Amino acid sequence: MNRVRAHLEDLRRRGGKAFIPFIMAGYPSLAATPAFLEGLAEAGADAIELGLPFSDPLADGPVNQTASYTALQNGATVDRVLAVAAAVAPRLSCPLLLFTYLNPLLQRGPRRLLAEAAAAGFAGLIVPDLPPEAAEEIRAAAAAAGLGMSFLVAPTSPPERIRRAAEASSAFLYAVSLRGVTGARESLPPDLPEFLARVRANADCPVMVGFGIGTPAQARAAAELADGVIVGSALVRLAGEEGVEAACRLAWEIRSVLPAGPAEIRQAEE
Amino acid sequence: MRGYFGPYGGQFVPETVMAALAELEAAYERYREDPTFQAELEQLYRDYAGRPTPLYHARRLSRELGGAQIYLKREDLNHTGAHKLNNTLGQILLATRMGKRRIIAETGAGQHGVATATVAALFGCRCVIYMGAKDMARQAPNVARMRLLGAEVRPVYSGSQTLKDATSEAIRDWVTNVDDTYYLIGSVVGPHPYPTIVRDFQAVIGRETLAQCQAQLGRLPDSIYACVGGGSNAMGIFTAFLGEPTVKLVGVEAAGRGLETNAHAATLAKGRPGVLHGALSYLLCDEDGQIQEAHSISAGLDYPGVGPEHSWLKDQGRVEYTTATDEEALAAFHRLTRTEGILPALESAHALAAALRDAPRLPQDHIMVVNLSGRGDKDLEIVLKTTAELATPL
Repeated sequence: MNRVRAHLEDLRRRGGKAFIPFIMAGYPSLAATPAFLEGLAEAGADAIELGLPFSDPLADGPVNQTASYTALQNGATVDRVLAVAAAVAPRLSCPLLLFTYLNPLLQRGPRRLLAEAAAAGFAGLIVPDLPPEAAEEIRAAAAAAGLGMSFLVAPTSPPERIRRAAEASSAFLYAVSLRGVTGARESLPPDLPEFLARVRANADCPVMVGFGIGTPAQARAAAELADGVIVGSALVRLAGEEGVEAACRLAWEIRSVLPAGPAEIRQAEE
Repeated sequence: MRGYFGPYGGQFVPETVMAALAELEAAYERYREDPTFQAELEQLYRDYAGRPTPLYHARRLSRELGGAQIYLKREDLNHTGAHKLNNTLGQILLATRMGKRRIIAETGAGQHGVATATVAALFGCRCVIYMGAKDMARQAPNVARMRLLGAEVRPVYSGSQTLKDATSEAIRDWVTNVDDTYYLIGSVVGPHPYPTIVRDFQAVIGRETLAQCQAQLGRLPDSIYACVGGGSNAMGIFTAFLGEPTVKLVGVEAAGRGLETNAHAATLAKGRPGVLHGALSYLLCDEDGQIQEAHSISAGLDYPGVGPEHSWLKDQGRVEYTTATDEEALAAFHRLTRTEGILPALESAHALAAALRDAPRLPQDHIMVVNLSGRGDKDLEIVLKTTAELATPL
């Protein structure tokens, strides 16, 4: 079993909820990215999504678009992002997940890029513009590299699509909380309980809920309905405006309101 | 495979809109064969758009060139001044039958935006048009037209601030408002089923051309030229002739300042297969997969992607793809204006430029059809400005 899946299932058995932050590689700068990753791991992240910047991020709102654009201006090429990951991954207490749009993957070739990503220490893969029915080649390449995959489901996904995405997800199922792009919102969508109940009914694997979750209160409420939460734009924005330490403090605050925080888990493991 | 042209096409979009694409596909499958739907569309084509558009023999131009006989398919005479209305009329009928009353679209030159705002006005729908800020500046008259028609024009400041970014922003709007919103794509691009839907609604151009060639000339043409940005006017005129092996089909991309520079929009000539805006097709990108900025004097061709069916037709060799530079397009613009009294859109001037290049070498009984996809009034400002800069001989 993929090690991301193994950790999340173990956490679920112990009644814990996972916290998975997302950040953009190369934002606010390439130099700050290793410290950001280490800070998030120390804050108790169960895994970290590291975004590969892309020129045309269709699923992203303004915050991540700006981060992507700035990261590319900062010279965050595929090679440099892999180098950053390779340097920091051995020091991290949690696995790294590669978040990339499809085209960068296709241009280098899925087999080659995913083998390089695995060698750099990545353990999982998320491709927001890749539906499961068109994913055969990428799934095979991910499996060959030992990366766990996560597909996305949305409130508009009918039950058969949820089942298909869950079956294709060797790491966890990524539930998009809302109709829309990434970015923190004032409140959670009112139909979230109903949506996640439908996801649960059609998926046995761990379910992480993301998009629009930016505060500890939102994270706690959303986590009650799933196996954990993904928080991205709120951290990215804070890192850009106030710096990496401020973003890591928010990560700590979010982790601390979720059950089975890092201290409890580590005690259990010891 | 369903939704593919050879290896190209597909649906590479955020999961949120996958169900909406399935809904659209089902609706289209239902109405494409529906006689009431088709009758309503034909009536709109005739009474509202002004179809059929003429097939005009450009005698003076042909005589000057001394070779092939050039015929112009006058899509510039469509209501709103371009072929774009063929598609928006078809899609608005689909949208309203699907119960969607909010219409969104992207636009480059503004022709598709105007054609969308027009049908939204005609059917009483709300309309939001996304347009790159750079394009809004260079196509100001079309921005004003869209606003007069009641559409909200939202400037897009991200990326290159052109059609590519407007398309991304339209898709983000669709992802957010998918329940009540119809995304009215303007070219044969995007996820399945859009490339098929747009091609089918534009295919009226080729059906008419075929019938007009038979009626006026008693035979098929020898060659057909059309410009290719996303490629909807080209698919529109090519489709009826794909099964006629004696008819040479030529797609003309924008070479901008030259293929040897990075300032062009020649996706098929210089690009590689990849995924942009929901489909696998040729595109302009670097080795890391970052989409490159395209350049063309014509905003409607200024796009780093191309429709997936064009990619397949290129690989198969059925269509010959060539290019014309900014300068060649401007020269063609002036030549047609002076010899025939017709101001072509700068997009269409690219097709004309390639035709002007080839015609003198061909025999006088060679019938060459050029798809004059739009009128040039929208381009006057840029033509006057650039003509002074380039000192194009008149």
